[in-house]
Amino acid sequence: MASWGEAKDSRLIGKRVSRLSGTDKVTGKAKYTFDINRPGMLYGYILRSPVAHATITGIDLSEAEALPGVKAAIPLIEPGKRVRFEGQEIAAVAAITPDIAEDAVRLIQFDYDELDYVVDVESAKEEGAPQIRDDWKSNQSEPRVDERGDIEAGFAEAAVEVEATYHAPVQTHVCLETHGHVAEWDQDNLTVWASTQAVFGTRQNLARHFELPENQVRVITEHMGGGFGSKFGPGVEGVTAAKLARKAGAPVKLMLTRKDEHLVAGNRPSMTQQVRAGATQDGRFIAYDMSGYGTGGIGSGAGFTGPYVYHVPNHRTKKSAVAINAGSARAMRAPGHPQGAFAMDSLMDELAERLNLDPLEFRRLNSDSDARRNRIRQAEYTLGAQEIGWHRRNRVPGSGTGVKKRGIGMGCGLWGGGGGAGTQARVTIHASGAVEAVTGTQDIGTGIRTVIAMIVAEELGLRPQDITVKIGDTEPGLASRGSGGSQTIGSVAPVIKTAAMAAKRKLFGHIAPLVEADPGDLRAAGDKIYAQSDLRLSIPWKEATGYLGMETISEGGEWDENLRIGDVAGVQFAEVEIDTETGLVQVIKIVAVQDCGLVVNRLTTESQINGAVVMGLGYALLEERIMDDQTGKMINPNLEDYKVPGTMEIPEIVSIAYDTDRKITGIGEPPTIPTAGAIANAVYNAIGVRIRELPITPDKILNALG
Amino acid sequence: MENFAYINAANVEQVPSLMSDDWSETKMIAGGTDLLGELKEYIETPKKVINLKSIPGLDEIKADASGLTIGALVTLADIAAHPTIQRHYTVLAEAAASVASPQIRNVGTLGGNLCQRPRCWYYRHPDIICLKKGGDTCYAVEGLNKYHAIFGGGPVYIVHPSDTAPALIALGATVKIVGPNGDRTMLLEDFFILPDVNPQRENVLEPNEVVTEVHLPQPKAHTKSTYVKVRERGSFDFALVSVAAAFEMNGGTCHKANVVLGGVAPIPWRSKEAEAALNGKGITAAVAKQAGEAAVANAEPMTDNGYKVPLTRNIINRAAMTLVH
Ligand SMILES: Cc1cc2nc3c(=O)[nH]c(=O)nc-3n(C[C@@H](O)[C@@H](O)[C@H](O)COP(=O)(O)OP(=O)(O)OC[C@H]3O[C@@H](n4cnc5c(N)ncnc54)[C@H](O)[C@@H]3O)c2cc1C
Ligand code: SF4
Repeated sequence: MASWGEAKDSRLIGKRVSRLSGTDKVTGKAKYTFDINRPGMLYGYILRSPVAHATITGIDLSEAEALPGVKAAIPLIEPGKRVRFEGQEIAAVAAITPDIAEDAVRLIQFDYDELDYVVDVESAKEEGAPQIRDDWKSNQSEPRVDERGDIEAGFAEAAVEVEATYHAPVQTHVCLETHGHVAEWDQDNLTVWASTQAVFGTRQNLARHFELPENQVRVITEHMGGGFGSKFGPGVEGVTAAKLARKAGAPVKLMLTRKDEHLVAGNRPSMTQQVRAGATQDGRFIAYDMSGYGTGGIGSGAGFTGPYVYHVPNHRTKKSAVAINAGSARAMRAPGHPQGAFAMDSLMDELAERLNLDPLEFRRLNSDSDARRNRIRQAEYTLGAQEIGWHRRNRVPGSGTGVKKRGIGMGCGLWGGGGGAGTQARVTIHASGAVEAVTGTQDIGTGIRTVIAMIVAEELGLRPQDITVKIGDTEPGLASRGSGGSQTIGSVAPVIKTAAMAAKRKLFGHIAPLVEADPGDLRAAGDKIYAQSDLRLSIPWKEATGYLGMETISEGGEWDENLRIGDVAGVQFAEVEIDTETGLVQVIKIVAVQDCGLVVNRLTTESQINGAVVMGLGYALLEERIMDDQTGKMINPNLEDYKVPGTMEIPEIVSIAYDTDRKITGIGEPPTIPTAGAIANAVYNAIGVRIRELPITPDKILNALG
Repeated sequence: MENFAYINAANVEQVPSLMSDDWSETKMIAGGTDLLGELKEYIETPKKVINLKSIPGLDEIKADASGLTIGALVTLADIAAHPTIQRHYTVLAEAAASVASPQIRNVGTLGGNLCQRPRCWYYRHPDIICLKKGGDTCYAVEGLNKYHAIFGGGPVYIVHPSDTAPALIALGATVKIVGPNGDRTMLLEDFFILPDVNPQRENVLEPNEVVTEVHLPQPKAHTKSTYVKVRERGSFDFALVSVAAAFEMNGGTCHKANVVLGGVAPIPWRSKEAEAALNGKGITAAVAKQAGEAAVANAEPMTDNGYKVPLTRNIINRAAMTLVH
């Protein structure tokens, strides 16, 4: 049975290794999809609906086609069909420069009959609101009701109750690299450079669309500027790039604009929930009755978690989605969890206060029903509380004196992230000593490229930079799943590990007779192969591989369940300072204690935690898609009024990897879950007034302080 | 953006002749940090863009007995870093340093900062034609007005976005304008106009007039000044509310207070009420508080911007207390 071995025997695993592509990235050598330029390449641009709801009655491309420099123009919607949100695709052009393409799009004539629209969730629920989805009876989906235990008996047993409404807005992904593709045809072969989280998924989708066998479509993603769940397929824009390229007979680059990105490229649905909850005098969370909904725009899903993390024997939940005339939701970093966690952790604090209990103690009493996760979480509570200085919080919320008031709060999260079977990989050893690791995963910025090199290097006794890692390309045909759900490392690492083990075994088998050793006695370390029983027998790596002569070793790997683990727990603590005269919230410090399984690269693990915390901080304090009722438009589709955190907003982040297991798991998503709840609770602890609606902006604080 | 001809102006005198007397035909460009956004969003679609950066000499800061003259092309970064401005016109250095981000301060100019267009999100949306853009509705009235005016609004409710303008007005600055009929100089305070005068413009400029310089009088002895700006995001953001305060002190007494607010009105808003509450008084905590309260007594908040009332009150108080401590 394969194992990751003991920590004391690891040379690389668990250490801090800089990204192999780091230098290329900071020097600009790394090529992202945006940077791909092909000979004769054209630029694509999409005409989008300026209105939220309309029936298209006609599209006339002739003026656009006549503009010099325009090489192709295509409609993207049939007359008679409806556009249902601002930004929906109507037509597209390809031209020899981006400017001509944009000019051409403005020459496209299109007619439409405007329809009534609704962009406000509350109005969308009302009777008589314009119907958005044909497959629903109204704009609200059939609620999903879930009931456990006996809710009435639970409330009867409760000594205290809390009733509250929590709300979180729609958040957009704000990928630094916008969605986009470069598409190139060679007769019936299509090559696409894509900014995607799934090269194989994108290939399949394109192959189906163009009715091609998979092996006639190649998808390449060498470097990628963030997806956060929004980039699993080619989308309308990817298919459009390929259609334009075919029509024009030239490669086409089509990247979305920042505005497109906010309007059409996905978002985290909103959440509104009314909850009534009860706890017993001795601090047991006993009853939870929650009814809530969110909007995923024209999309169908807007789910969120609840109850969450904490064990409550009696609960009833009723959840639905509300459609509005806005771009569809997509998976976004821990879909459903941050919104659920914010509400749940706010509620836990409110219950604890009614009970006169320390919120940490109340959590300790009611944490996860899963035994392993509970054990880990209890340990994380202790570590985090110590690091933040939990004892320093205000016993009486808001009791600090002075204009600037500090507070401390906490929040929790959980996630799966164990990966799964389906990745194919090969590790190849050449006679020259060169080593290649090939698999069909993609590095979406998380650092999997470096992790692969570390695992192979550890196994073969080499340095990470000695390993050539080939990923982000469907061409070798070694499939891997999309990078989502924090599943990448759990899916890829076991296969790489077993492939490297197999290649090493093969190499030892090959050279053992030549050096008169027992293959089982051979070891690889420090750029050498040596015999365990006789250290005088030691051959430099390259000399050893030289024995391969004309042969090449190339071994596949198997996914091994025992090398990975899922179901992680995370706990965060936040300290904030609130200027009570201006309403500004400054986060001073976040302590993120994250169950990480086996840490492969400590540096990139911490980077993931840092990034996730910053995203959670934006969710807590700044970010919100704002829809305007009067016009049906998103009124802040930019990075001026849609505010993401900048350097001044980023606090001290202490990440504590809780890594007692020697099995691998993914943590891209879990550390973004607890942040907003922890900050909201810290705000309450500072000022003694609870803000139940994200983002917690100065206007809300000032209004609350009166 | 639409195509346009790009013309380098050789000197100030030439500019009026290069400009059309129709706003929509020509635009001047300095640092371009504001204009470029407007061009890209098709909010402005001029036929010609006249580059001012090619004019020599407008990027200088000159000191003489009368005070300080700052050319229209001086960058915000240079203003923020200027030792004399930091020492004697502190409020201006602080205001310039609070603008946007380092990148924008490195190219954004003083002239552009004073003449920049509104940030109202309806105005900046390419597909929305509001009153300011020649339409017939101010969408902010019934719509999303969290960032809009609590003073001086109607029929449009923008807030003037400039950080340097309140500071300069608090220091008694004058502005020099060159037009087809020669030049004119006026108090910067009189440069800005309320929307009931002209809902489509923010200042007195004619389409073919150019701001060439700003002059600051020699500061009165014992003047102390400061700029307090509150923004939602510290990294870069316009003011929710800001206050430029310059006090001429006489011992512990405030002989003359200048209190000019940003982010609250369609123009930099001199708070006569706050000034009256401070003039001739020793600045105590109670007096500072009264000044804040007096300033907002006549505020007219809209549906979403009521928070600006306590915010304005509190930062006037804060600015006053900063100046006496
Ligand atoms: C992300 C972002 C954040 C910002 N944050 C702030 C902020 O916090 N505070 C703030 O005050 N500003 C802010 N700004 C606005 C910023 O553009 C201005 O501060 C800057 O000073 C403008 O100068 P410029 O030289 O780039 O102007 P330009 O863009 O060149 O010109 C702006 C306007 O003024 C006109 N103009 C320029 N010079 C003259 C002149 N000499 N005479 C007559 N008309 C002239 C132009 O025709 C144009 O209409 C921000 C801008 C951005 C993009
Ligand atoms: S405040 Fe001015 S710019 Fe904004 S919508 Fe009203 S008229 Fe237009």
